[in-house]
Amino acid sequence: MNSRIAYIAFNTFREAVRDRVLYNLIAFALLLSGAAILVGEVSIDIERLVVVNLGLTAVSLFGVVIAIFIGIGLVSKEIEKRTLYTVLSRPVLRWEFVVGKFFGLTGTLVVNTFFMAVGVLLALLYVAHKFEKMDAWVLVALYFIILQFLIVCGLALFFSSFSTPLMSAVFTFALFVIGSLAEDLRGFARITQGVAGLLAKSIAYLVPNFSALNVINQVAHGDAIPGRLILYNSVYALLYSAMAISGAVLIFQRRNLK
Amino acid sequence: MAAIEILDLEKSYLVGFWRKRPKLALRRLRLTIEEGEVFGFLGPNGAGKTTTLKLLMGLVFPTAGTARILGLDMDDPRVKSQIGFLPEQPYFYDHLTARELLNYYGQLSGVPAKGRSARVEQMLARVGLSDSAGVQLRKFSKGMLQRVGLAQAILHEPKLVFLDEPMSGLDPMGRREVRDLIQQLRHEGKTVFFSTHILSDAEALCDRVGVIHQGELRGVGAVAELTSETQGKVEIVFFAEQVPAALASLGAEARVSGDMVNAVLPEEQQDAALDVLRRERIKLISLTPVRRSLEEYYIQKLQPNEGRKDDGRNEDDRKQESRKGVGV
Repeated sequence: MNSRIAYIAFNTFREAVRDRVLYNLIAFALLLSGAAILVGEVSIDIERLVVVNLGLTAVSLFGVVIAIFIGIGLVSKEIEKRTLYTVLSRPVLRWEFVVGKFFGLTGTLVVNTFFMAVGVLLALLYVAHKFEKMDAWVLVALYFIILQFLIVCGLALFFSSFSTPLMSAVFTFALFVIGSLAEDLRGFARITQGVAGLLAKSIAYLVPNFSALNVINQVAHGDAIPGRLILYNSVYALLYSAMAISGAVLIFQRRNLK
Repeated sequence: MAAIEILDLEKSYLVGFWRKRPKLALRRLRLTIEEGEVFGFLGPNGAGKTTTLKLLMGLVFPTAGTARILGLDMDDPRVKSQIGFLPEQPYFYDHLTARELLNYYGQLSGVPAKGRSARVEQMLARVGLSDSAGVQLRKFSKGMLQRVGLAQAILHEPKLVFLDEPMSGLDPMGRREVRDLIQQLRHEGKTVFFSTHILSDAEALCDRVGVIHQGELRGVGAVAELTSETQGKVEIVFFAEQVPAALASLGAEARVSGDMVNAVLPEEQQDAALDVLRRERIKLISLTPVRRSLEEYYIQKLQPNEGRKDDGRNEDDRKQESRKGVGV
């Protein structure tokens, strides 16, 4: 990685940490430990299912909320506060700034997810008393969640490069919700004919396919995740986020910083 | 080589609901700043000073024209490693300490890791922030932020420093310190381009000044020349408790303060006035020709249509260009 991108990424990470973004881990830990204790008391044989489902869903939602709310301010906040002026008056290219910010935020989310993952695994150990082979799929689900974050960060950054923070949050969240239903949309597109079918197909394939990245239910039931899906999802998430970042860069390159 | 050559730089923004109405922020600016010069860019708020600096920094893009900085095109990425910039009312990453911020900017500016820390400490000492180096910037006062701003602008030893309203919001002591710093930069042979509307600072610091108003350069001149122009009047100061009637009859505009009189009268009446003082045995304190102040020059240049010619340039530009041999 270009060293300037690394410096910007590290500064973004440091800012998130000092702005107490990682404090969400406390809420997460309380939620998960409460759930684990409660599940242990009331359920029979489905402790694992509940803990994995609840834990991974919380990891995903907490991360998406952080990705959206920090992502939309990554560039716009710097313009508004004019911190960008002293950065761009140095030998820093605009694309380096955008990419550095992206890596800084995704780095924050990876660290955040790491601690949450430890929490999920500890809760799992608490209710099941031992790890089983199928628990390895939980790690794959966590990896897919991180891939989701890459796309969400890219989209937040893309929208914030030309829109207000509020509208960027709305657009990104709307795309996350629609993208979580992408498989249903694709199914609907297959059975629809004519112009409506074409439109449905376009939307179904244009929105990010978050549903393919959500394997929480499968891993909660101990189902294996095919290697092909891991490869497909990895390439898909990288390409999609790269496209979103490229869009953000293209817009930001031409933007007057008034 | 000229440090800055601004060649018909122009900027207009599209305004209105549909963003179709152009609003001119800067009109065909043509200006040359020589290396080692301290140049003051004067003008009231909204005159186009900050727009000019933002254009030169690549923060906004010109509608027309271009500029060369240190012999390179203003878009050339190599320019940025040789310039320093202090924006108006700077705001920095407030989660960082002053030391961390300077280190970060040092990294971005390509200051080698070896010696970077020492350089940062040196800069902190230079702007008087060594004791607050470990404090987060969110706890800094406006004056302290301005000092951090100055430190980051000169951290990487740039050849050319752009300062946008560097004295703005500072107390008298802070202004003095900034003035000293600009003087030091001049002694180090750096070129300084700074915008201000505090004329006394410009008069004390600048080799040349330019006056901009409503997006248009109204005049450029060497401070020494502008302030050495006499106005055909002399100022006489002498001990007296009232203005002698004979002096008043010579057309003197006099002001009494305590046991001193300060009288301004036409140059041709100077001898007659001295005769009056001799005759009335009044003790003379001083006699000096009245020179034009920078303030008077500035006010004159802000008048509508002042100094403009059909080609958009003005008399001072022509004089400067012919003196420097700049081609038009």
